[in-house]
Amino acid sequence: MTKVTMTVNGKAVSKEVSGNTLMTEFLRDELRLTGTHVGCDTSQCGACVIHVDGKSVKACTMFAAEAQGAAVTTIEGMANADGSLSVIQQAFQDHHGLQCGFCTPGMVMTAATLLKENPTPSEHEIRDYLEGNICRCTGYHNIVKAIMAASGQDVSGIAAE
Amino acid sequence: MPKDHGIGAAQKRREDVRFLTGAGRYTDDISAYGQTYCVFLRSDVAHGTINSIDTSDAEAMPGVVRIFTGKDFEGIGGLPCGWQVTDKHGEPMKEPGHPVLAQGKVRHVGDPFAAVVADSLEEARNAAEAIVYDIEELPAVVDMKAALAEGATKVHDDLSDNLCYDWHLGSDQAAIDEAFANAAHVTTLELINNRLVANPMEPRVALGEYNRANDESTLYTTSQNPHVIRLLMGAFVLGIPEHKLRVVAPDVGGGFGTKIFHYAEEAFVTFASRQINRPVKWTSTRSEAFMSDAHGRDHVTKIELALDADNNFIGLRTDTLANMGAYLSTFSSSVPTWLHGTLMAGNYKTPAIQVNVRAVFTNTVPVDAYRGAGRPEATFQLERLVDKAARELGVDPIALRRQNFIESFPYATPVAVEYDTGDYVATMDKLEEMIDRPGFEARRKESEAKGKLRGLGINCYIEACGIAPSNLVGQLGARAGLYDAATVRVNATGSISVMVGAHSHGQGHETAFPQVVAEMLGIDESMIDIVHGDSSKIPFGMGTYGSRSLAVCGSAMVRATEKIINKAKKIAGHLLEASDADIELKDGKFTVAGTDKSVAWGDVTLAAYVPHNYPLEDIEPGLEETAFYDPSNFTYPSGAYACEVEVDPETGRVTIESFAAADDFGNVVNPMIVEGQVHGGIGQGIGQALLESCIYDENGQLLSASYMDYAMPRAEDVPFYKVDHSCVTPCTHNPLGVKGCGEAGAIGSPPAVVNAVIDALASGGFNVEHIDMPVSPHRVWKAMQG
Repeated sequence: MTKVTMTVNGKAVSKEVSGNTLMTEFLRDELRLTGTHVGCDTSQCGACVIHVDGKSVKACTMFAAEAQGAAVTTIEGMANADGSLSVIQQAFQDHHGLQCGFCTPGMVMTAATLLKENPTPSEHEIRDYLEGNICRCTGYHNIVKAIMAASGQDVSGIAAE
Repeated sequence: MPKDHGIGAAQKRREDVRFLTGAGRYTDDISAYGQTYCVFLRSDVAHGTINSIDTSDAEAMPGVVRIFTGKDFEGIGGLPCGWQVTDKHGEPMKEPGHPVLAQGKVRHVGDPFAAVVADSLEEARNAAEAIVYDIEELPAVVDMKAALAEGATKVHDDLSDNLCYDWHLGSDQAAIDEAFANAAHVTTLELINNRLVANPMEPRVALGEYNRANDESTLYTTSQNPHVIRLLMGAFVLGIPEHKLRVVAPDVGGGFGTKIFHYAEEAFVTFASRQINRPVKWTSTRSEAFMSDAHGRDHVTKIELALDADNNFIGLRTDTLANMGAYLSTFSSSVPTWLHGTLMAGNYKTPAIQVNVRAVFTNTVPVDAYRGAGRPEATFQLERLVDKAARELGVDPIALRRQNFIESFPYATPVAVEYDTGDYVATMDKLEEMIDRPGFEARRKESEAKGKLRGLGINCYIEACGIAPSNLVGQLGARAGLYDAATVRVNATGSISVMVGAHSHGQGHETAFPQVVAEMLGIDESMIDIVHGDSSKIPFGMGTYGSRSLAVCGSAMVRATEKIINKAKKIAGHLLEASDADIELKDGKFTVAGTDKSVAWGDVTLAAYVPHNYPLEDIEPGLEETAFYDPSNFTYPSGAYACEVEVDPETGRVTIESFAAADDFGNVVNPMIVEGQVHGGIGQGIGQALLESCIYDENGQLLSASYMDYAMPRAEDVPFYKVDHSCVTPCTHNPLGVKGCGEAGAIGSPPAVVNAVIDALASGGFNVEHIDMPVSPHRVWKAMQG
């Protein structure tokens, strides 16, 4: 067991973990932050994406011990300080960018990094960036639309007749 | 002005807030005090004899609570099949046993034969690896034709062969023979409907908890239908009476059919938790999901269409082999028969139709309903065939379809169903308007200028959903009623809880269902909550599948709300000293007709629970009503779909350039949610057409058991979709006039994609008759090489 110290959603956290504890297990089982989901075992689905020092990381690919000293943000830390939905979260609701909600935390975390790197991405750039996030419900239409809307683009004409 | 309240309003989903903030509560998010963890040991061969399982070393390992094998389940019921199909000779289908843990033999890769329960997941995994077993591998049958051959290895030794049933439906032999004898042209097609894995993003989870104090078991599970699980597991497997068994399906991360069924793991954790008197939790890994979730589709079909000299369809006959896998999953037997054969008329007035289906056992994972369930298979066969006929005859594929459309309703098909309503001309008109067909040739030229071949694929679909009239399906072999139920509980201050049998796992019931009640009562949706997913809270409804939630459970909710209105009017009549026949309910206010005398909704609800000035001799206090609704027919959504593709002739790679869907869903409660359902269905249909395939090798090894091997559609594989549901022929037999929209996209989209690819190849001079799905670059390239 090793002691690991980090901040998670702005709060200091210090826990004993074993060397093989995955970040997904640490967040879900130790901290009870169950918004980070596990949808596969080959790092393909992206339901577990979190931010580590501002970068998108699949939490299933990382040991908790590797987050020593890091600033970690999970879906539970994405809303505004007053508890209202952030711009990206609100866009997902406004444009029906989620159905069952299981892939959604990863989608929101990935979208946040995309918009930080590229404030007004094209449809193609969004689809390309979502390569590591699988959604089975939405056919991606409203996810892409929500991300475009969150970046301030006019989405009213998408797939209009 | 679009409505912002009630039926027809595109209200934002209230459930989204919890999902967007990580506050959803899925089964794996639930932990019980003192819970143990369970790991299954699964067969790594497709077929084998279990000679021995030695658990002694494993039992001595740290943290191990108990290890179970098939022996622990001797004398306990197996997993039941919910539908008994009768074959064409009047004999019941063959129904092999399906033990919770394999006994004597394993019959597919993934068949569980032992389970370790331990204090931690890691300890359970370690102990599972220490179990010493001797399973002698036997020859396996994988291919359906080989499984039916004389002398084939039998999946079940106690059955005479691997044929589950030989079934037929439709016109008599003489009528079919006459149609084909009189045909001016016959088009024939042999095709495969590829085996798929549903792959909801949330893997299955089951947590069993036993309360010794009251002898009650609780199962938390990733289910689309908690009451169905309670019934099947309680009555058929474990022998626990309903009042001692609670099944909870909390937030569920997608289902698509594969979470309908009662699975061994559910029965196991419930059983084991009673044995060890501690909660037992199992969480599927994705690889485990690939070899234990019921698969979908997997049909091989020969289909023939007879046309007269004027290109009228005069006869249709099919011969299908349907893979059941190694055991009969809950609704498996109904999928290739009553959910497939009954749809073979499609949108066309073909007078003579005969459907033949042989269901076959193989050493593969059981196959059952996956989004559409039988109806995508029917639609794919028919719409590929009609397209091929148009190509052979040199006629326009849309014109050929239009010429043969059913135009008068109700319409009794030769395959046992009666369409109540529809307007196939209207949806085709709408589609043509959406896709700018006249502009296609210019788009094709643009593609050609880039060195690409462009194709346009069209198809229609019809589906039967709103499952199902109990009387009818009972005659056809269903072992359950398929009604649904709702309880409307009006609270003293006027807020409402509606307990429903339907289960929402992405469909947005928590938003859409209140819109209906709000419309009926004239109050705000924010006063109404939906309660679902817990057998101890909801009436005995049958859950969500077959696009039934609104058509069946929503109808029950309407009936219960009508009862509420009737009683509330009586109370209002008393308060207003008027006859209840004179009371009108509008905008949440009860008024004596023709006067300005009124009481508010809240006055009436309070009076019901504080019955001081109340006619107790005539009316019971309280305001709570339940209704059970059993539909009198299926509902029949229909539509027309179009896809444009580009094919790269150098590589065979297909890209979807545009996709359009014109659907008739009857009345629509929340258009935003309906469009989302269609998007998702199309996404899965494009997945089936271009990418997805569940592959076994000849020994029955599952080669596609991870997301690195099974190609799920990603964002870049699909376009924005144009969808329209403005063509409305309301269902004639349910109170909302709704038809169901959950499966349409998956049913209607695969033939459009493949038809488009064939059209693209034809434009480049490649006369390719058919390419089986998934239409991969390799298959396209090979077809182009002749």
